[in-house]
Amino acid sequence: MVAKGRIVWVSGPAVKADGMSTVKMYETVEVGDSKLIGEVIRLTGDVAFIQVYESTSGLKPGEPVTGTGQPLSVLLGPGILGRIYDGIQRPLDEIAEKSGAFIGRGITTSPVDMKKKYKFTPSVKKDDTILGGSILGAVEETPLLTHRILVPPNYPEATITEIAKEGEYDLEHIIGHANSKNGDKIELKMYHKWPVRKPRPYSERFDPTIPLITGQRIIDTYFPIAKGGTGAIPGGFGTGKTVTLHQIAKWADSKVVVYIGCGERGNEMTEVLVEFPHLIDPRSQRPLMERTVLVANTSNMPVAAREASIYTGVTMAEYYRDMGYDVVLVADSTSRWAEALREMSGRLEEMPAEEGYPSYLASRLAEFYERAGRVRALGSPDRSGSVTLVGAVSPSGADFTEPVTTHTIRFIKTFWALDTRLAYSRHYPSINWMQSYSGYLEDISKWWKENVSPDWYDLRAESYHILQREDTLKEIVRLLGPEALPDEEKLVLEVARMLKIGILQQNSFDKVDTYCSPAKQLKLVRLMVMFYKESQKALKEGKSLADIRALPIITTLLKAKFEVTDEQISKLDEIEKQLSDSFKGNMEEVKVSV
Amino acid sequence: MVVDGVTTASFDELVEIETNEGERRLGKVLEVGSGKAVVQVFEGTTGLAITGTRVKFLGKTMAMPVSQELLGRVFDGLGRPNDGLPDPVADKFLDVNGEPMNPQSREYPTSFIQTGVSVIDGMLTLVRGQKLPIFSGSGMSHNILAAQIARQATVVGTNEDFAVVFAAIGVQYSEAQYFKRSLEESGALKRSVLFVNLADDPAIERIITPRVALTVAEYLAFDLGMHVLALLTDMTNYAEALREISAAREEVPGRKGYPGYLYTDLANNYERAGRIKGKNGSVTQMPILSMPADDITHPIPDLTGYITEGQVVLGRDLFRKGIYPPVNVMMSLSRLMKDGVGEGKTRSDHMEVGNQLYDAYSRAQEVRALAEIVGKAGLTGVDLKYLDAGDSFETHFLKQSPDENRNLDETLSRAWDILATLPEGELTKIKDKHIQQYYKGNK
Repeated sequence: MVAKGRIVWVSGPAVKADGMSTVKMYETVEVGDSKLIGEVIRLTGDVAFIQVYESTSGLKPGEPVTGTGQPLSVLLGPGILGRIYDGIQRPLDEIAEKSGAFIGRGITTSPVDMKKKYKFTPSVKKDDTILGGSILGAVEETPLLTHRILVPPNYPEATITEIAKEGEYDLEHIIGHANSKNGDKIELKMYHKWPVRKPRPYSERFDPTIPLITGQRIIDTYFPIAKGGTGAIPGGFGTGKTVTLHQIAKWADSKVVVYIGCGERGNEMTEVLVEFPHLIDPRSQRPLMERTVLVANTSNMPVAAREASIYTGVTMAEYYRDMGYDVVLVADSTSRWAEALREMSGRLEEMPAEEGYPSYLASRLAEFYERAGRVRALGSPDRSGSVTLVGAVSPSGADFTEPVTTHTIRFIKTFWALDTRLAYSRHYPSINWMQSYSGYLEDISKWWKENVSPDWYDLRAESYHILQREDTLKEIVRLLGPEALPDEEKLVLEVARMLKIGILQQNSFDKVDTYCSPAKQLKLVRLMVMFYKESQKALKEGKSLADIRALPIITTLLKAKFEVTDEQISKLDEIEKQLSDSFKGNMEEVKVSV
Repeated sequence: MVVDGVTTASFDELVEIETNEGERRLGKVLEVGSGKAVVQVFEGTTGLAITGTRVKFLGKTMAMPVSQELLGRVFDGLGRPNDGLPDPVADKFLDVNGEPMNPQSREYPTSFIQTGVSVIDGMLTLVRGQKLPIFSGSGMSHNILAAQIARQATVVGTNEDFAVVFAAIGVQYSEAQYFKRSLEESGALKRSVLFVNLADDPAIERIITPRVALTVAEYLAFDLGMHVLALLTDMTNYAEALREISAAREEVPGRKGYPGYLYTDLANNYERAGRIKGKNGSVTQMPILSMPADDITHPIPDLTGYITEGQVVLGRDLFRKGIYPPVNVMMSLSRLMKDGVGEGKTRSDHMEVGNQLYDAYSRAQEVRALAEIVGKAGLTGVDLKYLDAGDSFETHFLKQSPDENRNLDETLSRAWDILATLPEGELTKIKDKHIQQYYKGNK
């Protein structure tokens, strides 16, 4: 029975309604005369607490509240990619058509175009047995992605009695009939709905052993994340969280990217919308937008929908995972999501924990990050896919001891700590190499050894060791000045500086430097390590540090990252030769050119 | 204020309050239910009695009458004329809370605004539709800088002037007067709209001041197609008024007693900047806020920085040295610079030069700190050059007079002067072709 109640109290996005005894927890309800969308978040007697996903301006007690019988769900089917949605999966372009440049209220639209016809190719035939999650066939959603049509995961085992022939169908067309074991007749369409707060099931989880290649040197080489892994990127404002997340969304070698703009700037979402259709995926030569879904709930959009946007996004990500694809989800920023929780919690007058955040903050964060993973999907045929979760955290005052950061760290394995001081000196990405860590390093080193070079692990370790030594030496320099150090240690400082400029810093806005292939990353690191070893040798042979510092090859090494493109990667071998030549003889006469 | 016996009030509705003496005040509904309404009174509750005060629910949310006639006028913090002239004839009434702009309908900001201030044009480029705050401290020259930008801002190659919407939020009389005079002297007043809430006006009124100002800014930009520069000073006073209301309502506080929704509330104001597809105008926002005790991690500058597209931070050290504008470039940033500069917009070397200047000045700061320990004698050759570059950056590039309007070529030329003091090999952020074209030092 559908609940029909009455509003009794309104305060911002929180609304109380009575007469709601038949409503279920987390059921979607229509609030007020203008039918605003809300969700029941607490029930006391027949009074329901509702969080409303739209502005409640003008709402008054006495207006009706109607239950829908459904939990908050997303529609999953072809037509999602390339779109931009608000926090509850309403397409923003259609909202713009209906209410103009500013977002109006009470608008209902379909998340995808139900009338659009797709060319369906079946992959099952009559009398085949299907399970929940099985693939029925495929349509081409975008040139980049074949959309596999799935049986909803909660369906029972059944036998196909009829399946549509290859042809053009719209989403409402029944493409198949099946009979379940206990004789129920099942109709199959090209889409289904799934409640956002319920993780989609899978049959088995794998260890994450394949790295997600992002083309960012400090991430891939030093603090890698695995496909199906979790990572967090906390940083104060201006440290480049968003730019780093954009870089991951652009260049990660995944099949689908879900980008959630949660309580962030409107212009940033516009930037993605403007830029991505023009960016070409380096692997498929197609526009990046064809593999991207945006969920945008900017900071000035209703706060309750901000809370929902994270779940909407991750459910869509899981859906593409179940097709057997690798999906990356980036959420910018989970702190704004936590603040939305805090705001609702405050309005419900719950007992606060630290800094006013509700005590269930940690368990909500854990639930979210646990939806990452590389899994074997349900049903047939056998396939595996992954969801990699990357969340930005915006700690207040860049203080990493605040609740959202400290709780997040407990549930993630890769930690990219952004450093305000590095950002001030325009060292971007400002990921602090002493504070950051990756829990996937050992797991994925096999992949690098097999696919790029056997010495990857050692080169990484050697170059990282130089950075570590610099960190300790810096303390001494700060007290005594650089001249107090012996030449050997001054050399460490010099090479660390080169590593910082030539490897760790990466310019996202430079055409060449924005993406660095694994092979190029490795060669650049190798050059730096080689330079260090050659210099050490030269010092031992009695040459002066000043002579080494004056070598013109240094500038070449520092500029190689943007002067050598991925296509002309062999030039790095030439530089390698020039490098070893530079140290021959009395180290003066070698001409350097790229 | 809590009102009893309420049957028809709605959330956010405008309320008219009549005191025992017959004085009328305005307020709005914050919470409604069970026959009660919590009302926030804009002009303060002084003189309100429990008995005798009557309340009328107006059945509409707060709206600002707008029309072209607003230009050249001065209003109080609630949008009522206070220049002695009659109410302007309204073209329409707009809800002061505005509505969120659809990201899909936004036009990404890319047109460079020349402010004539070297440090901003060269390293912290302002773009049409951007929101770029000035983080200052008490007593520093943020007002002079903001007024200079308001006077000089122009988009090169067009003759379009900026309309200025100025909101004074809880500022001293003299500061508000300074802006007014400065706009008057440059002849910009006739294309300006001023909203003035002075320090001794009711704090609660301050909640509305930026909202009415931005409503007018949006109207001028998107209905009349003008390019609007909105200056909001001082947002710290705004946030404090918000805290006052929150405390009075006994809400669970977030950091430093500020309400948990401070971020959302600030965003509702700051996000009202930008451009819209298919429309001519733009709203560029420059909020000014004073950092309490010069602390950038204080919630107000902190949350602001998370919302705005960069920040211009003024530094106490530079201010003491007598350098104007005392912009601490290391802490400052313009996020949209990358989109507003470069080939076809400004000059192809602009971004690289900006980055190299940052790098050089940052190295100079490190060397300075080092020199204090080991003395100049302990420095190597290159370090000494950085020390010089740092000094000339401050005197030759950063420093300029409040009425000096430098064009971009002059700004970039000064930048290359500074880079010329460094050896060519140090310019690792600049492509070889630009070095060949512009580098003035010894090759």
